[in-house]
Amino acid sequence: MRSSAALFNPSPPLLLLLPLLLFSHLLPRALAADLGSGDGYTIAGRVKLDGATSKESGLPAKPTNIKVILNGGQSISFARADGYFSFHNVPAGTHLIEVAALGYFFSPVRVDISARNPGKIQAALTENRRVLYELILEPLREEQYYEKREPFSIMSLMKSPMGLMMGFMLLVMFVMPKLMENIDPEEMRRAQEDMRAQGVPSLSSLLPRSN
Amino acid sequence: MAIRACLGLMILLVFSSTISTALFEDQVGLADWHQKYIGKVKHAIFHTQKTGRKRVVVSTEENVVASLDLRTGDIFWRHVLGKIDRIDQVDITLGKYVVTLSSGGSILRAWNLPDGQMIWESILQVSAPSKSLLHVPANMNVGKDNLILVFGGSSIHALSSTDGQIVWRKELSTNSLEIQQVFQPHDSDIIYALGFIGSSEFVAYYVNYKTGEVLQQSKASFKSGFCGEASLASDDVVVALDASRTYLVSISFRNGVINFQQIYIRDLIPEFSGKATLLPSKYNGILAVDIASSIVLLRVKGVNELEIIEKINYPSAISDALPLSKEQQAFAILQHDESRIHFKVKFDTDLTNEVLKETIQMDGQRGNIEKVFINNYMRTDRTHGFRVLVVMEDHSLLLVQQGEIVWSREDGLASIVDSTTSELPVEKEGVSVAEVEHSLFEWLKGHFLKLKGTLMLASPDEVAAIQAIRLKSFEKNKMTRDHNGFRKLIIVLTRAGKVLALHTGDGRVVWSVLLPVLRKSETCGNPFALNVYQWQVPHHHAMHENPSVLVVGRCGHNFDAPGIFSIVDAYNGKVHNSLVLEHSVRHIMPLPLTDSTEQNLHIVIDDNLHAHLYPKTSDSVKIFLDEMPNIYWYSVEVGKNIIKGYSLEIKGELDMAENVFQPKELWSIVFPSESETIALTATRKMNEIVHTQAKIVADQDVMYKYISTNILFVATVAPKASGEIGSATPEEAWLYAYLIDTVSGRILHRVSHQGAQGPIHAVVSENWVVYHYFNLRAHRHEMSVIEIYDQSREDNKDVWKLVLGKHNLTAPISSYSKPEVTVKSQSYFFTHSVKSLAVTVTAKGITSKQLLIGTIGDQVLALDKRFLDPRRSVNPTQSEKEEGIIPLTDSLPIVPQSYVTHALQVEGLRGIVTTPAKLESTTLVFSYGVDLFFTRIAPSRTYDSLTEDFSYALLLLTIVALVAALLVTWALSEKKELREKWR
Repeated sequence: MRSSAALFNPSPPLLLLLPLLLFSHLLPRALAADLGSGDGYTIAGRVKLDGATSKESGLPAKPTNIKVILNGGQSISFARADGYFSFHNVPAGTHLIEVAALGYFFSPVRVDISARNPGKIQAALTENRRVLYELILEPLREEQYYEKREPFSIMSLMKSPMGLMMGFMLLVMFVMPKLMENIDPEEMRRAQEDMRAQGVPSLSSLLPRSN
Repeated sequence: MAIRACLGLMILLVFSSTISTALFEDQVGLADWHQKYIGKVKHAIFHTQKTGRKRVVVSTEENVVASLDLRTGDIFWRHVLGKIDRIDQVDITLGKYVVTLSSGGSILRAWNLPDGQMIWESILQVSAPSKSLLHVPANMNVGKDNLILVFGGSSIHALSSTDGQIVWRKELSTNSLEIQQVFQPHDSDIIYALGFIGSSEFVAYYVNYKTGEVLQQSKASFKSGFCGEASLASDDVVVALDASRTYLVSISFRNGVINFQQIYIRDLIPEFSGKATLLPSKYNGILAVDIASSIVLLRVKGVNELEIIEKINYPSAISDALPLSKEQQAFAILQHDESRIHFKVKFDTDLTNEVLKETIQMDGQRGNIEKVFINNYMRTDRTHGFRVLVVMEDHSLLLVQQGEIVWSREDGLASIVDSTTSELPVEKEGVSVAEVEHSLFEWLKGHFLKLKGTLMLASPDEVAAIQAIRLKSFEKNKMTRDHNGFRKLIIVLTRAGKVLALHTGDGRVVWSVLLPVLRKSETCGNPFALNVYQWQVPHHHAMHENPSVLVVGRCGHNFDAPGIFSIVDAYNGKVHNSLVLEHSVRHIMPLPLTDSTEQNLHIVIDDNLHAHLYPKTSDSVKIFLDEMPNIYWYSVEVGKNIIKGYSLEIKGELDMAENVFQPKELWSIVFPSESETIALTATRKMNEIVHTQAKIVADQDVMYKYISTNILFVATVAPKASGEIGSATPEEAWLYAYLIDTVSGRILHRVSHQGAQGPIHAVVSENWVVYHYFNLRAHRHEMSVIEIYDQSREDNKDVWKLVLGKHNLTAPISSYSKPEVTVKSQSYFFTHSVKSLAVTVTAKGITSKQLLIGTIGDQVLALDKRFLDPRRSVNPTQSEKEEGIIPLTDSLPIVPQSYVTHALQVEGLRGIVTTPAKLESTTLVFSYGVDLFFTRIAPSRTYDSLTEDFSYALLLLTIVALVAALLVTWALSEKKELREKWR
């Protein structure tokens, strides 16, 4: 019966196991009013993480510390191994349920418990306003907390300052001689003499002459 | 071709590192550290029977249930329950489930012992939260469905330990019954439940364990009443204390016949005076009574005969009895003797001799022993060995075995009250050269390894080596000040009254001191730690002195209780001075003034709103009197819905010895209590530095920020909606946000949010406020930003006015002036509930800001302030885009890589503290709760320094390669030239 999942129902926890959602409006009003200490309803649901294995985030595949939080910390419940959780003695009204599970992003859930129609409860994700017919909470996405190391690639190399430096050097080495070739040797010599006259030290003058 | 080959090789060697604010996985632990704690242990259950891992399961005052490794003290698993979900008791059932009873006996949960997964949860109907007892029958055969009994309020619940189903439930009494003792004689199906109805009636129930049927019930009233404590002496005698706590009442209840016997304690113990307390214990025929000065062990010989066995002088502690066999029980006595602790174990069959006697050396900063839990193990010679788990006064937890402390946990750090930071000492001259030379090779080797790592050429072993080098980096753990200001001491004050200094490099405790004035004493029965402030920060004049911090406390929880001051050296934890004040402490205002020895002046406002100046020297009074007309302060009376502004005045002659100043009320703002209640106030940090006063917006326009240190943000909510989410409808909820100038009492801005309610969190910085609240209409959390701009300086943009000299740029800025302000605001949805909100601070305030949001999942998210810019629009113009304005979205983005806590959680998050580093780009972030987490973040990336990742070896290699290429090409060109010449 447990597989019927997520339902909301008035207080006696035994009813939890029935697929009440469909029939909840048929429940006699007295049931909720009389039973238990009379101050509230039970919200039960399930956190579903299957299919989502967070291998890459380096976390254990099955987190044992999934917290379900009602109304920003008013009460905290823990998910069982099968993902089921429940809150008890919740008064009628509109409530907020959040799931804290490391490595997953869950949307908070808006839960309306009707005071006029005991047992009539609605739920919707607040992030995308999707209406939930069963309170099965699934993560919207997995969260990667770490930047991935890019594998070695030519592009990243080119973009780095040192890559740019190299690129410029290559340009000078291969393109400049081509340009030089086009220059008239006479003019070249003149220009070199000019430079020498100005006293600009060129690299070749700094290096020891071998001949 | 040779050139090309060479270049190709060089290109291969050159590698880029992508710069990012997020963290790579292998960078974890480089700049951050994380420490896990559990808090002060209340109960401990050992699990040592089976071979394999030995554990101890504990529950603590921080509502943590945890399983610890008995060998090392490490945490196997841990759960932090909700704030109001106090753990009443913990036990192990079936040898595999940990059972916790919480919330006043109304929630029973079972956790899997190996991994902490919750197995089942059961809600019990308890009429009123009261003292509750959990009874897990011992010596159970595994396999048989065992029942767990819960006594709470006036009912008994029996639950199946395999699935938590309620097997039976029995209502015992409609009156205010409080069950004190439950026990089950060996091999019996009958449970004895003993308790009090009201304050004067004793009741004993005999309940069938299997069915819940009450077999017998007997009541009797005792005219002088009970104080509500009882201790079981034997199977048919209970000893209780009477209402005055001066008489012991022994109650026999054999076969349903109840007899009372009064014994005056002074008749037994002549030196007794005051009030006695019964120590909860379950010994055969032995009773432990705490009579303020010592613990007295009494043997219950018969119904009316008690005999003193031993008097153990205070401070000491005694453990519960540990059954070894059917006849024999052992218990431990721990007694202080200055820095030593005597540890004795006795059997209840032979009380005169000790089975075990050991002496342990104990760190004097741990205080007295508060609780002892005993456990035994089999020695190789088949005799019993004993170990004890000790909870100390500073909340630390120790395991003592064979005369030494096997491990200790500094669990006081789970309850940090306040924190501050202190600089480390300046490095002394004379660093040895040899050390540097030796490390040069190591350094190069390290960098070569790193290079290999970045090129993804490293083998797994090498990767591990790289990680190890990074983590043990000697630099970051030095005890001296560094150039970047990353190394500091975080000085924290815990609820136990202990002050600890943590090194920012690795989080180790540098020194710790349990403040004597914050310990329980005769003059101060219930001391209470409040805050820690910077007392002396030597800069120029008193450079030879160590910085010190001021720890403030209070004797008792009431506002009129006398205050406590203690001044502690920040370098070594020495207590310079401590005193119990003659007045109470309501607020403390650190003033931006220092006296000649660079002690910061502090104003203490007491309960009568008188102001006291500290330090009490004539020098400080002189400095203060000069500045007194400029000092304004305010008080927020939450209950009365009033905010009042004051200045200080001297009535009559100033008593130089007392330095008491009277308040002078200047203004008051009264909120209509039928429609508003104050929910939160927030101010700017005193030490925040704002770099630019103006903001250049698109089209070369300038907006002047309204920067005032006197802005107070006040949020009020509708009285009906002041509770939790879900308690109010959108129609009856609203929230007003006020910006108030605390000097003039002027309301600068007021905005209303219809259908919004708390909890509210806010942070004020520069000229803006960001606050987080709940929007009931959309049923989502929302964050709003308000930015204030100074309209009166707007005219200065007019060039003609500047030319004609009609500008007010040189006009002095006064807090009295009432400049025209304009306000821009915007709201966005935010997914999570928030526990804490903070903002980054940097040394010069140049770096852009990030908000640090402590989410409900106990993570800390860094969110750029640019996302909370009221000038965001759906379609920003080209110039706005260039300015960096992000197109408007209805909700704030949550990028998982921008969690500063990355894949860690700061369980029970309560506070986030930011401190600027010396390096302008960097902020130090310290967040605390049950756990501690420290890291440093750079909101605009580390633009002023090379990242940790920067590979010096790569740079060196590139240079070497370049030089080599140069030489090769030069040689080639020479050769070519020569060839040309020969031609």
